[in-house]
Amino acid sequence: MTARETILAALRASGAEPVPAPPHPVPVKQGDPVARFLESVTAVGGQSYRVPDLAALAAGVAKLPAWSSPRRVSLVAGIPGGTVDLEAVDDPHELADLDVAAIPGELGVAENGAVWLKGESLGPHRAVFVIPEHLVLVVNAADIVNDMQEAYGRITLPRPGYGVFVSGPSKTADIEQSLVIGAHGARSCAVFVVG
Amino acid sequence: MGKVGLFIPCYVDQFFPRVGLATLRVLRGLGLEVEYPRDQTCCGQPMYNTGCSREARPLAERFVRLFAGYEAVVAPSASCVSMVKLHYPELLGGTDEVRRLAGRTFDLSEYLVDVVKVTRVEGEYAKKVGLHRSCHGIRELRESSSSERMDAPFDKTRQLVSQLRGIELVELDRPDECCGFGGTFAVTEEAVSCMMGRDRIADHVRAGAEVIAGYDMSCLMHLDGLARRDGTKLPIVHVAEMLEKARLSR
Amino acid sequence: MIHSHPDKARAFVADDERAHWHDKALWFVRVKRDRGAATVPEWEALRTAAEGIKAHTLSRLGAYLEEFEAKAAANGIQVHWARDGEEHNRIVHGILERHRVSLLVKSKSMLTEELHLNPYLEARGIEVVDTDLGERIVQLAGEPPSHIVMPAIHRKKEEIGELFHEKLGTPKGLSDPTVLTGKARVHLREKFLSAQAGLTGVNFAIAETGGFVVVTNEGNADMGTTLPRVHVASMGIEKVIPRLADLGVFLRLLARSATGQPVSSYTTHFHAPLPGGELHVVIVDSGRSQMLSEAHRRKALSCIRCGACLNTCPVYRRSGGYSYSYLIPGPIGSVLGPHRDLAGHASLPFASSLCGSCTDVCPVKVDLHHQLLVLRQEAGEEKLIPLGKRLGMKAAAFAMARPGLFRAGGRFARWVLRAAPGLARFGPAAVWLRGRELPEAPRESFADLYDRETAGKPEERS
Repeated sequence: MTARETILAALRASGAEPVPAPPHPVPVKQGDPVARFLESVTAVGGQSYRVPDLAALAAGVAKLPAWSSPRRVSLVAGIPGGTVDLEAVDDPHELADLDVAAIPGELGVAENGAVWLKGESLGPHRAVFVIPEHLVLVVNAADIVNDMQEAYGRITLPRPGYGVFVSGPSKTADIEQSLVIGAHGARSCAVFVVG
Repeated sequence: MGKVGLFIPCYVDQFFPRVGLATLRVLRGLGLEVEYPRDQTCCGQPMYNTGCSREARPLAERFVRLFAGYEAVVAPSASCVSMVKLHYPELLGGTDEVRRLAGRTFDLSEYLVDVVKVTRVEGEYAKKVGLHRSCHGIRELRESSSSERMDAPFDKTRQLVSQLRGIELVELDRPDECCGFGGTFAVTEEAVSCMMGRDRIADHVRAGAEVIAGYDMSCLMHLDGLARRDGTKLPIVHVAEMLEKARLSR
Repeated sequence: MIHSHPDKARAFVADDERAHWHDKALWFVRVKRDRGAATVPEWEALRTAAEGIKAHTLSRLGAYLEEFEAKAAANGIQVHWARDGEEHNRIVHGILERHRVSLLVKSKSMLTEELHLNPYLEARGIEVVDTDLGERIVQLAGEPPSHIVMPAIHRKKEEIGELFHEKLGTPKGLSDPTVLTGKARVHLREKFLSAQAGLTGVNFAIAETGGFVVVTNEGNADMGTTLPRVHVASMGIEKVIPRLADLGVFLRLLARSATGQPVSSYTTHFHAPLPGGELHVVIVDSGRSQMLSEAHRRKALSCIRCGACLNTCPVYRRSGGYSYSYLIPGPIGSVLGPHRDLAGHASLPFASSLCGSCTDVCPVKVDLHHQLLVLRQEAGEEKLIPLGKRLGMKAAAFAMARPGLFRAGGRFARWVLRAAPGLARFGPAAVWLRGRELPEAPRESFADLYDRETAGKPEERS
């Protein structure tokens, strides 16, 4: 018998009584999701900004110190000023010295400041959200949901084949429980809510 | 109400008879008919917790025989009660008799609050008290909410003793951490057990407690043993002793 | 018993300052967990749902694994099955060999620790670099992780500075966590950029969609799976969940339980290989189907490895990860280890005061302290309890079955304790007396007082 057959046969013979799947609890809504989202982003070590429209978004991003560094990627239609064209990069290793990337998010989660990035928003290289020194994420105010349960109600897989929730910058507390921002991924994460 | 069978755990009978007496007086003070079956010894918990269910079973069977006839069984010990309530059915098989007994066996605080429905306590205990709620009272009998669970806080023992005049219940840094007694754990894992106990005492001292109160003499015996060895002035008292002279009413 | 928890624990406790430091560091995480959990009004309902989803999944695990396999294959993921560690390691090595991998970057996976993948690959000439900071620290130190979420929690920052100085050539005397983390970032980035393959664990595999989720705070799993073209993910059979929506329940619980964070920094969903790359999932049994077949062990397979039971355990905090003979320490390890091999881990079911804090903190409601109690009975049946303890319990049970003997013996013992207290040191209370006093022995037992009270006679003061 193959390993597959052996394991599946053992599981079939395990004699576990069928247990029905339980319902999921209905989360309690806690206040205005956009306000809560902005707070959560700060709480997880990011910077949060609310801007009324795309013009204000462009102006806001332009003012970020991180955006003044030379190697910039913008995947957001409303943010001009990218200096690196991902389509021209063959190998993600060439992004090793990328300073900052601006990426559009599909939705934001109020309870934890997470932004859902789907695979196709990342351009040709998945690494773009984790390899740069700094990250700029953009999400529409209308796309802020209350919690992760609501978020999964909106996410459709496997169409993108890839997707990631990013909640603030990369961090670690592996040395004596001291929080350090910027372990392997972005050292800063600015999140703009538009609208 | 029918007769109450008084369950005095073996070590309370031998080492803390005053706690048994206080329990008896509290119950009789409420006008209850209370009887102490003289042939009782040990509920079997030490054996069961050590993995010796063979040795625990005959003791549990004796206990069921001795106490089956009572309307309620009450003990001044959450830990021993949890043995009867939770573990007898798995140890002896869930016969109707065992289940019935398990359902009617109570620690003093929960009996007073849930069954007798005591709401008023008039008495005095003018001391700063650190309340040590034993783990089995919290997480087996659910006599109070546990700090881990996010449901509404409650505490049946506190509900009773907080009404005593002059009492000040101090706030601990770690409200319900284990004292490290744990039955034979106290001996098997002697080093960790003692460290846990000393840490608990330090928390009470830091909080300004003049006395440690509890509803499980086993935890208190361990804490008292450590405090006396270390020369820490922190006497112990059982909740029954605090309530002994008070007037309890519905 | 070769490895005894009490002996290791005694040695740990002997360094009082360090033991308290360890206790406080982990209690701090427990406090953060409490704060995180308290922000979710439906916390307890989520725990109940998570427990139920796991129970449901385990009750038809084979079907969900087959569904996962079929969907994953349709997504272009290559699925492998391994009965045990040897088979798993051979599969992984085969993939790496085919791609001529000389450097593998790994993100945290307790499963590959369990299966001893690193030494297997290293023996075959592949450099394996653990990239989670804590994992890298213990790897450089040549130690196993002492905690499943914070592998280097037992190490002080000065020691890590010294280790980095020795192994990475950083300046001597560094101890600032930010500086040390910065050094590790530079060191590991070079590894990420030169590795030809990345290996991750799997937090959740989704049957419905044929993909899986990996959760990290550092982004190491993401660096390791977006730069090299080959990604191997190792998962135990118990990691599958039915639906994508179930993630909503588990992810709300996982990070809050682990560290108090509302979610981890990166929650990555893999449903296809990198363009032009390969994605392999190795599904491993390694004793799990055996546990599943025994109803009383099944529930331990629900564990989502958050580490909350370690952080809350008063014994783990005061004895350290290395006092446990199983690679997963703390309550969950004391359940999983003995469920697999009771004789090999016979002291673990007893390394607990049965306080139940682990059970109440567990996000999937594994009844940990009850499982420990069940394992103690098994140890008793299999005579894995030290002889002295067994005989002591037999003697006690003998006396307790005879009220006359109990009362006479009690009276005699109390008399001895009053008349010649020094003798106690030579009796069964010797260990108790090492750090504690015995209670004072009263002249009368409760039974004596009861008779007097009931007869209406005044109490005799002793």
